[in-house]
Amino acid sequence: MKPPPFEYHAPSTPEQAVRLLAELEDAKVLAGGQSLIPLLNFRLARPAHLVDINGLSELDRVYERDGGVAVGATVRQTDAERRPLLSERCPLVPLALRHVAHRVVRNRGTVCGSVAHADPAAELCAALLALDGHVVARSVRGERLIRAADLFVGSFETALEPDELVTETWFPAHAPGDVALVEESRRHGDFAMAGVARAGRRLALFGVAPTPVLADAEDPTRDLHPSGDLESSPEFKLHLVRVLVGRAA
Amino acid sequence: MIVNGVERPRPGSARRLLSDYLRHDLGLTGTHVGCEHGVCGCCTVLLDGRPVRSCLMLGVQAEGHQVTTIEGLAPSNEALHPVQQAFKECHGLQCGFCTPGFVLAIAGLLAENPSPSEQEIEEGIAGNLCRCTGYASIRRAVSRAAELSGGSRPE
Amino acid sequence: MTTRWFGERVLRSEDERLLRGRGRYTDDLGEDALEGCFVRSPYAHARVLSVDVEAARRAPGVRAVYTAADLPFGEMDLPLLIPHPALTQGRTQRCLASRMVRYAGEAVAFVVAEDRYLAEDAADLVEVEYEPLPVVANLEAAAGAERLVHSDVPGNVAAELTQESGDVEAALEASPRRRRLRLRYERGAAQPMEGRAVWARWDAGEQRLTVYDSTQSPTSIRGGLAVLFDLPETSVEVIAPDVGGAFGPKIMLFYPDELLVPHAAMQLGRPVKWTEDRREHFTAVNHERAQLHEVEVGYDDEGRIQGLDVDFVHDAGAYTPYGLILPIITAAQLPGPYRVPAYRVRFRDLYTNLTPTSPYRGAGRPQACFVIERVMDSIAAELGLERAEIRRRNFIQPDQFPYDTGLSWQDGSRAVYDSGDYPRLLEECLRLLGPRPAGDNVGMGLGVYVEGTGVGPYEGAHVQVLVSGKVVASTAVPSQGQGHATVFAQVVADALGVDVADVEVHGGDTRRLQWGVGTFASRSAVMAGNAMHVAAGLVAEKAKRIASEQLEVDSADLELAGGEVRVRGTPDRAIPLSTLAVLSNPLRYAFGGGAEMATPFTPKPRQGPPLASGEQPGLEATGYYSPPGSAWASGAHAAYVHVDPDTYRLEILRYVVVHDCGRVINPLILEGQVQGGVAQGIGGAFYERLAYDEEGQLRNASFMEFLMPYSTEVPELVIGHLETPSPLNPLGVKGAGEAGVIPVGAVVASAIEDALRIRVTEMPLSPLRLFDLDRLRGGGRR
Repeated sequence: MKPPPFEYHAPSTPEQAVRLLAELEDAKVLAGGQSLIPLLNFRLARPAHLVDINGLSELDRVYERDGGVAVGATVRQTDAERRPLLSERCPLVPLALRHVAHRVVRNRGTVCGSVAHADPAAELCAALLALDGHVVARSVRGERLIRAADLFVGSFETALEPDELVTETWFPAHAPGDVALVEESRRHGDFAMAGVARAGRRLALFGVAPTPVLADAEDPTRDLHPSGDLESSPEFKLHLVRVLVGRAA
Repeated sequence: MIVNGVERPRPGSARRLLSDYLRHDLGLTGTHVGCEHGVCGCCTVLLDGRPVRSCLMLGVQAEGHQVTTIEGLAPSNEALHPVQQAFKECHGLQCGFCTPGFVLAIAGLLAENPSPSEQEIEEGIAGNLCRCTGYASIRRAVSRAAELSGGSRPE
Repeated sequence: MTTRWFGERVLRSEDERLLRGRGRYTDDLGEDALEGCFVRSPYAHARVLSVDVEAARRAPGVRAVYTAADLPFGEMDLPLLIPHPALTQGRTQRCLASRMVRYAGEAVAFVVAEDRYLAEDAADLVEVEYEPLPVVANLEAAAGAERLVHSDVPGNVAAELTQESGDVEAALEASPRRRRLRLRYERGAAQPMEGRAVWARWDAGEQRLTVYDSTQSPTSIRGGLAVLFDLPETSVEVIAPDVGGAFGPKIMLFYPDELLVPHAAMQLGRPVKWTEDRREHFTAVNHERAQLHEVEVGYDDEGRIQGLDVDFVHDAGAYTPYGLILPIITAAQLPGPYRVPAYRVRFRDLYTNLTPTSPYRGAGRPQACFVIERVMDSIAAELGLERAEIRRRNFIQPDQFPYDTGLSWQDGSRAVYDSGDYPRLLEECLRLLGPRPAGDNVGMGLGVYVEGTGVGPYEGAHVQVLVSGKVVASTAVPSQGQGHATVFAQVVADALGVDVADVEVHGGDTRRLQWGVGTFASRSAVMAGNAMHVAAGLVAEKAKRIASEQLEVDSADLELAGGEVRVRGTPDRAIPLSTLAVLSNPLRYAFGGGAEMATPFTPKPRQGPPLASGEQPGLEATGYYSPPGSAWASGAHAAYVHVDPDTYRLEILRYVVVHDCGRVINPLILEGQVQGGVAQGIGGAFYERLAYDEEGQLRNASFMEFLMPYSTEVPELVIGHLETPSPLNPLGVKGAGEAGVIPVGAVVASAIEDALRIRVTEMPLSPLRLFDLDRLRGGGRR
């Protein structure tokens, strides 16, 4: 299980990075690599180019703006987990991070990488939706904000253009007492069969639809038609949603 | 990149995984490969002191960083690192294949947190698979390692 | 003879090296070797219309690409390892398929290149044209036989075998009560952390083939390679270096690579190595476990079994290289620790278009134990008896040994239990288990098993005292983590009166000892342990002989202790073993190290030839042990579990094991084996599942989706010991390698049934399965 051949690029500024993404045909961004490299090793992904953004040191920052906290593209999940700024201002984020895989994966994986990867079972994507946050997407054409509700369009699919790079993810500030994240997985650290991220009264479900979805606490499974997977059938997922929404209250 | 304190050249090919670079280009075969998709933990090394999966990094990505493999853990030929010593005392290994990964993950944990709680121990080893021991002796080894490193056992 | 080391928790001599990262697993070796890569069938059943390797042959770094047509043995069926008269329709595969593939993962082509990256690139370029055929995707389909795996094997039946002990029909007729059960065990896989690997070197100058293989039987590989390549076996060396776990699938031989890698090395004149990756391990390495059982049991109002009639089908997979050992073991082991006055068991070994099956830790016993223990629980439930009580009433009693089951056993003889005390096992287990924890949805599970261990034909050991006084011992059995080097050193150290740290043990290397069988079936402690005892005993006798000449004392008055041979009661009259090692070899030339004392002009105690008639030089001996029958280990497991009524998550609150493997050489290592076995059992009971679809495709061929337990899923065990020594071997030991895994499925099923009050008749379980079962019976909390 070795990666197929590719051209490797390691820009040192965001400008260089987006220029490469604009110029290169069939390029993928490599950040933490915890999702992409397995795909390369399985040869399920065969991009012609890899643009490694780990050298973009100016994106290695967590800072306050506009009533929330922005997390730059190269910030590792472990570091985000430990930042006082996030614990104090956006506690749902470190709470979500503690559920992501295992410590060793979080030591390399990035917050923005997880958001851009858009795994239907990703805690961070659901947290972003529950909080109504956004990402900043940058290209040679400039920057735009994409709100969570518009960002996730399908299973592993986002509204990002092929040449856009997420430079930061922004989470609105919120009160510590009023957040929750519960999920049910098979083993410690596994992908969730179903999960709920709650920020105040907003509930975002994950693992039960192609994207994270907002739900109504009174009727959380309304309009929900999950596909089954190896460990949970559609009926079981619906059942788990009801259980977990109750536990997240 | 610096591997076990020694400056090492850039890998010749960008797609060469760090695990293969360490094992076959540098001859440091103590890092093992169990799955190549980041689940088993046999390939765990320390990157700037933090446990990472070397099968999920390209060798070139380690440039500018410090890599510690199992061979680099005990500085001399005599004394075992406290984690290694603890594994020996507690029968924490059988076939030894997962062992370097566990040892480095635990060494990384204890370097940051010398007196981990039961919960923190659990989290620290939660991402490493072992098929031989059934884990009980490994958990004991972590507590013992904390003790040997001058920390304390969990209450 | 002192027994200073036997029974001690000696720390392992293997550890230092392994902990420092100085292990020598097969892929760590052979840095200059070319590397191989397979092209494997993605289809479970297909005609192979064409294989085009031209583009692959031209790819960068490629040295060869082999198809069946390129091999002198391309039309040869791989060996059928254990023939049996009932296996009338045995089939084995070829190294590389040329006409038909019968399971997804079957090898079609083999690429050899400068490294694995380039080999995989080239493999991508191999074009195979397949014509997919209807797939027999599981046991039910195989039994229904609407489609065939082998067109010339009617009904997909490789073999059918019935055994009967007593008159089952009559017994069932006469039984006051009868019930039927249908039970199902699904496929499982061992998944050692180190996959398979083979590295071969051909020395054309010396005409010697050297193969390193992550195998459980180097001697068998060596014998097979010698035959296949028409080499004298003395020119073929096979070594199992460090092996990162095996658990059964590495006793399967020959995998295609075990022939292809040496062949390529000989053809290409360069060393060749092949290391599998995890994805191919999932389908290219044998599985086990899948069986379907129909059971009818007759019993009286006290719950005593009168008759047991079992009809089961066993999933052979696409081929039967390992013969019928698995269903034979299930059939023989099913009655377990119980008196079953009349027992009939019929099995059919069926082909499916899935990976072939061969032993995986437990080897047919987990299924057998599951069946009989579910029978016991269901009788108990009907009669309103405690599950422990039903077992007490049916146990073979301690005064009934040796107990002849009347059944045929895997070594070709009869299954006769040598010793045991099942009532005491159970009582001790329940005592350690303690009272049920408070709370809802808590269940108790129980499982008792027997295990025939220490199967023959034999094992051997060579023991030698070096002139330094250190001891080197060799045996053919390789180790995969069981601590052989430590355990066997303990046996040898006791026999020779030396420190265990002064005994170095080697295994699995035909260069050091070429006679032996392998590591499987919980046999190494019994077989190689006793062989070590025999060989070391011979060395001790020789040491005493030489010493008695030197000291002019009768051998009977001598003892070995502290690295010397000394006169009993006069410890200062002693000769070190190192000296005796020198003296054992009459020399002409002194070359230092005390050798002078063996040269011609030093005083000799005896007239006549320097080397007495019948004597051999050196303080060494080779000894063998061949068992009269299996040594029967046993155990009782019990557990409390909690099942979350909403999520059906399983939490194991307490898990107790009391096991009996006769006398225990090293309790530390034994407990490690038990804990590890139980962990695999927990994985197999509630987490792991090979998810095949209707097309025979494995949908979860990765560790992300094949769920092996992490530390968080495996509790601490409470382990108790009982020792009923085996009368069959000098050390009194029984095997223990598989003990931990055998009853776990039964225990988990029993506990979940108790916690949720739903009938459990299958393995594995999962939260999803429990959700479905709960809904089926009208339950569920929401």
